[in-house]
Amino acid sequence: MSALSFKDLDVWFGEGRDRVDAVRGASFEVAPGESFGLVGESGSGKSTIMRALTGLAPHWSGRMAVNGRDVPPGKRRDRAFYKTVQMVFQDPYASLHPRQSVDQVLSETLYLHGFRDVEPRIERLLDDVGLGPTFRFRYPHQLSGGQRQRVAIARALAPEPAILLLDEPTSALDVSVQAEILNLLTDLRTEHDLTFLMVSHDLAVVAHMCERIAVMRAGEIVEVMGVDEMRAMRPGHPYTQSLLEASLGYHRG
Amino acid sequence: MTDLLDVKDLWVRFPTRKGQFDAVRGVSFRLGRERLGIVGESGSGKSMTGRAILRLIRAPGQVEAAHIKLDGEDLLQKSEVEMRAVRGQRISMVMQDPKFSLNPVMTVGDQLIEAYRLHAKGTRAEARAKAIEMLEAVSIRDAERVMRAYPHEMSGGMGQRIMIAMMLIPDPELLIADEPTSALDVSVQAQVLQILDRLVQDRGMGLIFISHDLNLVAQFCDRVLIMYAGRVVETCDAARLHEATHPYTRGLLNSLPRFDAPQGRLEVLKRDPAWAEAPSVGPE
Amino acid sequence: MSGTAWREWLLTDTPHSRMQARAAALYQGWLAFRSNTLAMFGLGILVFLLAVAAFAPVIAPHDPYYQDLANRLQPLGTEGHSLGTDSLGRDILSRLIYGSRITLYIVALVALIAPVAGLIVGTVAGYVGGWVDMVLMRITDIFLAFPRLVLALAFVAALGAGIENAVLAISLTAWPPYARIARAETLTIRNSDYISAVRLQGAGPLRIITKHIWPLCISSLIVRVTLDMAGIILAAAGLGFLGLGAQPPSPEWGAMISEGRRFILDHWWVATMPGLAIFTVSLAFNLLGDGLRDVLDPKSEK
Repeated sequence: MSALSFKDLDVWFGEGRDRVDAVRGASFEVAPGESFGLVGESGSGKSTIMRALTGLAPHWSGRMAVNGRDVPPGKRRDRAFYKTVQMVFQDPYASLHPRQSVDQVLSETLYLHGFRDVEPRIERLLDDVGLGPTFRFRYPHQLSGGQRQRVAIARALAPEPAILLLDEPTSALDVSVQAEILNLLTDLRTEHDLTFLMVSHDLAVVAHMCERIAVMRAGEIVEVMGVDEMRAMRPGHPYTQSLLEASLGYHRG
Repeated sequence: MTDLLDVKDLWVRFPTRKGQFDAVRGVSFRLGRERLGIVGESGSGKSMTGRAILRLIRAPGQVEAAHIKLDGEDLLQKSEVEMRAVRGQRISMVMQDPKFSLNPVMTVGDQLIEAYRLHAKGTRAEARAKAIEMLEAVSIRDAERVMRAYPHEMSGGMGQRIMIAMMLIPDPELLIADEPTSALDVSVQAQVLQILDRLVQDRGMGLIFISHDLNLVAQFCDRVLIMYAGRVVETCDAARLHEATHPYTRGLLNSLPRFDAPQGRLEVLKRDPAWAEAPSVGPE
Repeated sequence: MSGTAWREWLLTDTPHSRMQARAAALYQGWLAFRSNTLAMFGLGILVFLLAVAAFAPVIAPHDPYYQDLANRLQPLGTEGHSLGTDSLGRDILSRLIYGSRITLYIVALVALIAPVAGLIVGTVAGYVGGWVDMVLMRITDIFLAFPRLVLALAFVAALGAGIENAVLAISLTAWPPYARIARAETLTIRNSDYISAVRLQGAGPLRIITKHIWPLCISSLIVRVTLDMAGIILAAAGLGFLGLGAQPPSPEWGAMISEGRRFILDHWWVATMPGLAIFTVSLAFNLLGDGLRDVLDPKSEK
């Protein structure tokens, strides 16, 4: 049974003449414990798949399932869904409430998921993401970008999910901080047996984190390939080839 | 004196509640008609350096330097009025996001024409011809159509090309590009870089390319300054960036995930407080 | 703890407890506010007004209702009546002092009712969207379309004259702008990542609105309310002046001007003194509002 399965997924925004099809006929499966990457240029629909799954993009058709359980249509998800699937957002400067301290963010999350032993859990979460208790009462403006992203990861881990959606988790960070966050995610994945679905435009990051990668263009999945094929530059589709070449850097023509 | 730009002992200071904060600390470099890359992480002072050259640091920030010479003329001695003639006319700047740099309620054509007429006297027809020429110089094929369009109708890459076209109209000697491709997709990024590249070669322009992307700078520039905590910790030929010796540069390079081979864990940069204290590396 | 130790404790970037974090945030806001001299001046006047209202019986030299027809319309600086007396021989200073209570009462009630109503309507409309938004905002538009004083007049006329009804009437006309502001703020907040993040924790709309959106809207509303206070005081005074607010012999400032207007040419101070009081308090609220905006408004942050 797949941890995540998508079948003929269409996602669109707007109605009637304004309708924009962001994702068209996307199908793929993510096995439990696997790390699956979605790559593509901006507007290719890679993040939209995640937003449809989590109910943040309400207009979709097709079939989505989490651990074999179908996701209900529209944007409503039950608590059990959010206890299984959690998400880390791209920009840690935008994903933390500016007036809430780390403590408030985490305790509210724990409370919402019905945990009553909030105190020890907050300490353990902060410890898990490498922040330690001194960060507990800080507000976002007292944290660096990397520290904020760690808080966001702690928040996502609070309900003890099995599946973590990572929406460009390091693209807003400096490279040295990116390395720390990617290492942290790798460690957490082994410690908590997590399944990752990761979106990124940085092929090196995706290659580092994922075993299988889907390449998207204009809302469609062009191909799904293994990381070894990608590293060996053996894509099955010309678009992937051009994307790979462009990512490898600038060559004076 | 073949240097286009000669910066000596540049400081940018901001007063804060907890005392003075130095964003740029004693940076010196010289620039010929070449592509100079400035790399560093956020807060390293790389953007501040670019802005300080144009004296675009807002109060209460202060710019101090022994000199900032453009073709031997010290920009620090100039009045604000004279500076305005330098900005745009002789030194242009391209920012990260074209969306914030273009006027949303004016057509691209009107903005280009206005930019031209601010700097050169001439008829509207001349300005228009020049604008189209510039759009073509940045590889925009149907320039006539783009002239009539509004900025929001343009994609990010197109917007950035228009920005560059606008900056080129007065024929500047030096272009300062602050993360000009960070908001763009890789394929578009390559096109924009090609355009910049050609301009440096064909027009003999100097280019300061500010970026956080080490690989990009290594591939694109001739020479690189690596900044950390407001100082230049190392300067080297771009082609030899991967042989850099300073532990900070090495740390940055090693912390990048590699595309060609799998790694277990990424190397994490260990910051040494001494890096921030050592004086800036000057021009060779 | 010594003074400097306290300062250190409050200015830390690494708070060790919930309380310290809150106290530090408040203290830093206070430091920012304190550096605005004019705002501090405004705050000073309002603190003074509060003190005057609280200790009115102690401070006031006379009973504000005591009539002494033999001593009517005494000029400024008269023995025992430093601000003179009115047409019934009542001490103007004492009446002003007691009147501050009424002014504060009106201000406090309006400040409680109007922004809260506006906040609820605006955030619900903004967050829920769709037809709820349509209906709520059209109602808001209808209220906005009426001239403020005319609507207030109609209400008072229907409900009868008196301070409570005046307050109600002013509140009813004052809430729509707050609803507009709150809705606009909500629209920018509701699609932000941090709201998405709480939704992914399974939080319902009520919780998101009250715990996550309100705290961000409230600061701009507070600023707006403080800036509007001058208008509210004037509206209350206006109703008093028209005889539809506080009723004689109540020492409400607007009513006092109204009574004094008959003698404005020969005995100018009778109307001028309460006018000056209204002016000073309105100015104080405006200054305070400007200062608060610098501290609280997230948009003006660097």
